[in-house]
Amino acid sequence: MLSNRSIKVSNKKMTFWERIYLPAIIGGMFVTFKHIFKKKATIKYPEQKRPVSDVYRGKHILKRDENGAERCTACGLCAVACPAEAISMIASERKMGEENLYREEKYASVYEINMLRCIFCGLCEEACPKEAIFLTTELVPPFLERQDFIYGKDRLVEQVDKRVDVSKRKLKHTV
Amino acid sequence: MPKVTIDGVTIEVDEGTTIMNAARKVGGEIVPPAMCYYSKLDKSGGKCRTCLVEVTKGSDKDPRPMPKLVASCSTPIMDGMEVSNKTSQKVLDARKGVVEFLLINHPLDCPVCDQAGECDLQNLSYEHGTEGTRFEEKKRVFDKIDIGPFIQLHMTRCIMCYRCVYTADQITNERVHGVLKRGDASEIGTYIEKAIDNDFSGNVIDVCPVGALTDKTFRFKSRVWFLNPMDAHRNCDKCSGKAVVWMFGEEIYRVTGRKDQYAEVEEFICNTCRFETKDLAKWTIEGPRHISRESVISQGHYEMQPLKIENNNEETK
Repeated sequence: MLSNRSIKVSNKKMTFWERIYLPAIIGGMFVTFKHIFKKKATIKYPEQKRPVSDVYRGKHILKRDENGAERCTACGLCAVACPAEAISMIASERKMGEENLYREEKYASVYEINMLRCIFCGLCEEACPKEAIFLTTELVPPFLERQDFIYGKDRLVEQVDKRVDVSKRKLKHTV
Repeated sequence: MPKVTIDGVTIEVDEGTTIMNAARKVGGEIVPPAMCYYSKLDKSGGKCRTCLVEVTKGSDKDPRPMPKLVASCSTPIMDGMEVSNKTSQKVLDARKGVVEFLLINHPLDCPVCDQAGECDLQNLSYEHGTEGTRFEEKKRVFDKIDIGPFIQLHMTRCIMCYRCVYTADQITNERVHGVLKRGDASEIGTYIEKAIDNDFSGNVIDVCPVGALTDKTFRFKSRVWFLNPMDAHRNCDKCSGKAVVWMFGEEIYRVTGRKDQYAEVEEFICNTCRFETKDLAKWTIEGPRHISRESVISQGHYEMQPLKIENNNEETK
């Protein structure tokens, strides 16, 4: 009452037709029936998928170069750019005879992304000076264990026979 | 005492002081950058030309301006001299050119280099250089020389500042380190393998402004910005024992000298402290090292001392 904005509840007595509810139920059923003939708003997800943008930010990938060598050199710029501190790595020195495996003389022997921490902002791919890390249109699937969300190199590095095209997401100003 | 005006700031300094040191007395923005000059090393300076300044008035006696830009690290001041550093467009343009020349033969391997994050050349090119490169030719290459178990030499990254040569000459007793050949082909060498035996040879790592000389015991271990620099000391019979330990958790990844705001070490430390004492129990930690806010090392680095909570409750006192 202090604000003078309260509304009085009307306790109007219902008429007979209103009391048996039937007209209202039939009216409601008619609305439901009408929707059967309308276009569906949903899709059957696992079988059907909606198209995503070419630059959708999903699961990460560590690219290989044209010769199949890993591009990542463990410079740590992605980890320092990461606002969620999801990336960690350990570097190693390339040994003789591993030139076809790793592009630079230093490489990441351990590279881990915690997908629970990751916010998929894409700053890592922007920070990468070697065009090594990219986000893909693939999604990170759900797991039952937290440990499963820590992606190591086994799940991040691009497979040699299954290349992922990232040409559309490369920044235009890079040389 | 002679008076000198640098970028509009007038200061009285001793006779024979260089423009660089006069500017450093004032401090702040007007200090010219230096890649080769090192105040702790005799005769250093005059090599890299990054500290070029414009002398707009020679002195009170002869007020004509100097015809060319001069290297501030090796030009002594005169009474009434007027110098422009940041206020002169000529200087800024020249410095841009100098950075371009320094980078001509410097490889673009910062992602691999251990010096990245604390590299003088990185800072210099970030502040004074251009974004792109016009150099299309091949960069110089060298045969790899292994100079012992503690120091890694990357000759391709060297900018010929001669700091390590002077260090080896002055800190160590005998001449074991020098520059071979000339011009484009010159390289740090001679008896460098023998310099390793000296107790203070590790200081060439600290004086090196780029990643040409790096710590082999820290090679590729981590990036400097993931580490926590802490002031620490220990009883050492060879040096003062005052150093900075770079920690990752409870582990010491590397030990360096304490560097001041011009990236010059305050005191040289011995090889035992630097390379062989990585056990936390052997050091007394004084507290976090002050790191400039602009530096990438300051990310994740906290310098706040733990808060002391005053107990005002009489009963629990």
